[in-house]
Amino acid sequence: MPVRVQREDFDAGAEIARLRKDDPKIGAVAAFIGVARDVNDGEMVGTLTLEHYPGMTERALEQICAQAKERWKVAEVLVVHRVGELRPTDQIVLVAVSGGHRGEAFAACEFVMDYLKTDAPFWKKESTAGGERWVDARDSDDLARARWKETNSR
Amino acid sequence: MKITVLYFARLREALRREHEILDVAPDVATVAHLRAWLVARGDPWSSAFTEVKRIRAAVDQATASDSTPLHEGAEVAFFPPVTGG
Repeated sequence: MPVRVQREDFDAGAEIARLRKDDPKIGAVAAFIGVARDVNDGEMVGTLTLEHYPGMTERALEQICAQAKERWKVAEVLVVHRVGELRPTDQIVLVAVSGGHRGEAFAACEFVMDYLKTDAPFWKKESTAGGERWVDARDSDDLARARWKETNSR
Repeated sequence: MKITVLYFARLREALRREHEILDVAPDVATVAHLRAWLVARGDPWSSAFTEVKRIRAAVDQATASDSTPLHEGAEVAFFPPVTGG
């Protein structure tokens, strides 16, 4: 399964080993891990709760992975995203891409992450000393996604 | 026409419900029509759809626009901009 949404933590090393499958054609693996920070918008975060839209989330992620595989010559694309209650320093998301060479792997990994940020139906809620608050979407995420439309590849 | 409507995140909290099954007239033909129909019901829909900014929609678990058509048995979701990753 190239896409997983789960409450449990993940082991990036084990996930990457599975992705490579000892395939001698794989010359590069690029991976990104998103982690819960302790401070957001100037306030200490106690817990971070992730909500998602079961069904649509998986479909959206699968579509993003398929787009990446269409656009770059890569072997495998993996996305593992956690939901439920997390704390600062907890891992949130893993994107890993294997391929023949680093250029495609790096680009596809960043593309998947940028599209995940704007297209996959997850929502974050933080608890702070001042109470609970929903995290607002950032314009910079829309801009990061838009870059991929301007160029064919990077 | 029976439609299942789902709400997420801030909008779910403002409406105090995760989902509802609606029976709407066939002239509620698009996402924009459904949204107007919900707002016309009054509160909490009317205030929630005003207070929560930039509400997005999905039909049958795919991103939708105002003009996306509805159909019998459709699953329509409304939610604020996403913030995963």
